[in-house]
Amino acid sequence: MTRILILFAHPALEKSRVHKQLLRSIPAAPSIRLHDLYEQYPDFLIDVEREQQLLLQHDLIVLQHPFYWYSMPAILKQWMDLVLEHGWAYGTGGTALKGKTMFNAISCGGSEASYLPGGRHEYSVDDFLIPFKQTAKLCHMGYGSPFIVYGTHKLDVTGIQEAAKSYGMWLSEIVEAVKI
Amino acid sequence: MDQQAFMFQALVYLGAAVILVPLAKRAGLGSVLGYLLAGVLIGPALLNLVGHKGEDILHVAEFGVVMMLFVIGLELEPERLWKLRKSILGLGGLQVLFTFAAFTFLAWLVVKDIRMSLAIGMIIAPSSTAIVLQTLQEKGLMKIPAGQNSFAVLLFQDIAVIPMLAILPLLASGNGGAADDHAHPSGMLSLPGWAQTLVVLGAVAGIILAGRYLVRPLLRLVAATRLREIFTATALLLVIGITVIMTAVGLSPALGSFLGGVVLANSEYRHELESDIEPFKGLLLGLFFIAVGAGIDFGLIRDNPLTIIGIVLLIMILKAIILWTVGRYFSMGKDQLSIFSLGLCQIGEFAFVLLSFTRQENILTGEINNYLVAAVAISMALTPLLFLVLDKVILPRFGESDEKEIKADAINEKNPIIIAGFGHYGNTVGRFLRANGVGATILDNDADRVDFLRQMGFKVFYGDASRYDLLEAAGAAEAKILLMTIDDAEKRLEMIETIKKHFPNLQMMVRSSNRNDAYDLMNAGMLHIYRETLESSLRMGIDTMRLLGFRAYAAQRAALTFRKYDERTLKQLSAIRDERQYINTARQFIEELEQIIRNDNRLPDLGAERGWEEEGLIREASRE
Repeated sequence: MTRILILFAHPALEKSRVHKQLLRSIPAAPSIRLHDLYEQYPDFLIDVEREQQLLLQHDLIVLQHPFYWYSMPAILKQWMDLVLEHGWAYGTGGTALKGKTMFNAISCGGSEASYLPGGRHEYSVDDFLIPFKQTAKLCHMGYGSPFIVYGTHKLDVTGIQEAAKSYGMWLSEIVEAVKI
Repeated sequence: MDQQAFMFQALVYLGAAVILVPLAKRAGLGSVLGYLLAGVLIGPALLNLVGHKGEDILHVAEFGVVMMLFVIGLELEPERLWKLRKSILGLGGLQVLFTFAAFTFLAWLVVKDIRMSLAIGMIIAPSSTAIVLQTLQEKGLMKIPAGQNSFAVLLFQDIAVIPMLAILPLLASGNGGAADDHAHPSGMLSLPGWAQTLVVLGAVAGIILAGRYLVRPLLRLVAATRLREIFTATALLLVIGITVIMTAVGLSPALGSFLGGVVLANSEYRHELESDIEPFKGLLLGLFFIAVGAGIDFGLIRDNPLTIIGIVLLIMILKAIILWTVGRYFSMGKDQLSIFSLGLCQIGEFAFVLLSFTRQENILTGEINNYLVAAVAISMALTPLLFLVLDKVILPRFGESDEKEIKADAINEKNPIIIAGFGHYGNTVGRFLRANGVGATILDNDADRVDFLRQMGFKVFYGDASRYDLLEAAGAAEAKILLMTIDDAEKRLEMIETIKKHFPNLQMMVRSSNRNDAYDLMNAGMLHIYRETLESSLRMGIDTMRLLGFRAYAAQRAALTFRKYDERTLKQLSAIRDERQYINTARQFIEELEQIIRNDNRLPDLGAERGWEEEGLIREASRE
């Protein structure tokens, strides 16, 4: 059975419109584990040992977070800095994550069009996600194409619900994709 | 004694003590001398207010000695004895043995009676625990080798007194014959020798077993009633009970109560017992010294001044020589040796106990007794003077080498941190720092804790942390930061004054009990103040929010923000408070609380961080 670990990072979920709904649409399956970083480590004191164990127990690692400043919320960066240790995840003897696949599942305020050349953000989200892609590569992981909700500032309730529904479907799809 | 006469006697004794003891202390002579002087004042030589009752009172007051031995026993945990065994047995044992032998021999040359000489040897051997320990503590000399060795010797002497008290009656039995009945008032004599021994062993075993299995549960029961006076009554009952039993079997009550004390030294009620017995012990001992003072035969001194002075000088010089020799053998330095041998060369207060015994039992002739009482009193009176000479004349010559020795010791284990108070608060900080490899020197005034911490390898000093000499010894001059974690708010303010005055470079981090305490510390110029209840109540707040379903991170941030504003409010209110410090405190507190809560209402929305806020962006997006 393919197991999914969703590393979720949102510093103010109580105010979130999109991610609250995205979380709801995660299928309730024993093979999917939601790991809420800000809830687990409000003091940023990340338990590296435990995080590494969690990674070892899963095959697909989904980083779910709002796309803050073309990147991730602070705790997820902290998580990467501490958990992906040299000699464990990368470097000599660092092969613990070999064969796993990493994904981003993000929400962006801007529309898809704004992430095109000449658009407000000039570059595509894929371009901005290069640090993640390369991180996965350095750690001997595959990097799957991301789940992206665009234009969240303009989404109404129905729009958000639709996005949430497709998130649930996307989670099932990546399991299938890996099987093939 | 009818009631009026009793009241008058009480008036005389207490009055003399209350007037003279504080005067003597102020003059630097110590309380023992104060009591003796009070005795002299009311005795036949001067005011002659005691009359014939002096002897009776001496008898009652001897009970103070029994209590003193109980307290000494309480302070002697078996483990502590074991740790000091080398200096106690070696130094103390040799000192007592040589001094006893030398004076027994000298006495034999004069009186040609072996029983009398043995008694005299025993009377002269001990030094004055009361005077010496008090003086060493006052001068801050307890930590140096001379102080510690003096303590060990005094301890051995205190213990040696017990066999002495047991041997003295034996000396009497051969001398008088009839005296035996006096020493054993019970029907024990009718028993054969082996049965007597059995009874004695039984009594000792009884005290040890009862102390362990009967008295502790009893104390627990009594302590549970929370009636202070009943606990005091129990403590007194213990000592009196032991005295009665021991007297009944013909053993020394002092030995019995000492044993009782040792058995209870490990119990959790040790400190309570000690502090309950202490005032009775102190008063009765005081009474004892007064009675002794009143008994000094001034006529004798006036008529034979040279003899008395000769005896005193001979005793003190010979004792000092023996102490010097023994100390030398234990490789003490010359400066330490001079403190050690001059400090301990007087005759101790136990001599009075032994002398009253030798008088009762007619072991010594009245004349010798009188000479000795005078000699003991004078040698004790000379001790504070000897310490003065040490301070002003002798030590300055060694002074430098002495100081180097102490400093070298401090440099060896120079810790950047001093923690004053290692209770619940201090030990958390201390453990935290230790876990991070930060060395700390600890000051604490709980003897049990100090012992334990030393065993665990901490560098610990015992005593009142607000004392300059203790801070000095702990290396306050070289340390960077002092963590003031004692729980007594007033003591903290005292300490701050001392440190500001003597160690201006030492930074202070101060625990504060509450808001009001924090104000006082701010007024004292403290910058680093830690309210002990603040963090923990906020953590309770955080967990409450989490249980209610708030996000952990939101609750955490809210608490941190709240704390920041609370500290700010504290500073503002402290400034306002100074202007009207003396208004009704209860009302002030409510007013202040009102102001604090008002300030809370002005807090920014604790949950909102604009960086994570979408509203502005949504509004903007909808305009596009």
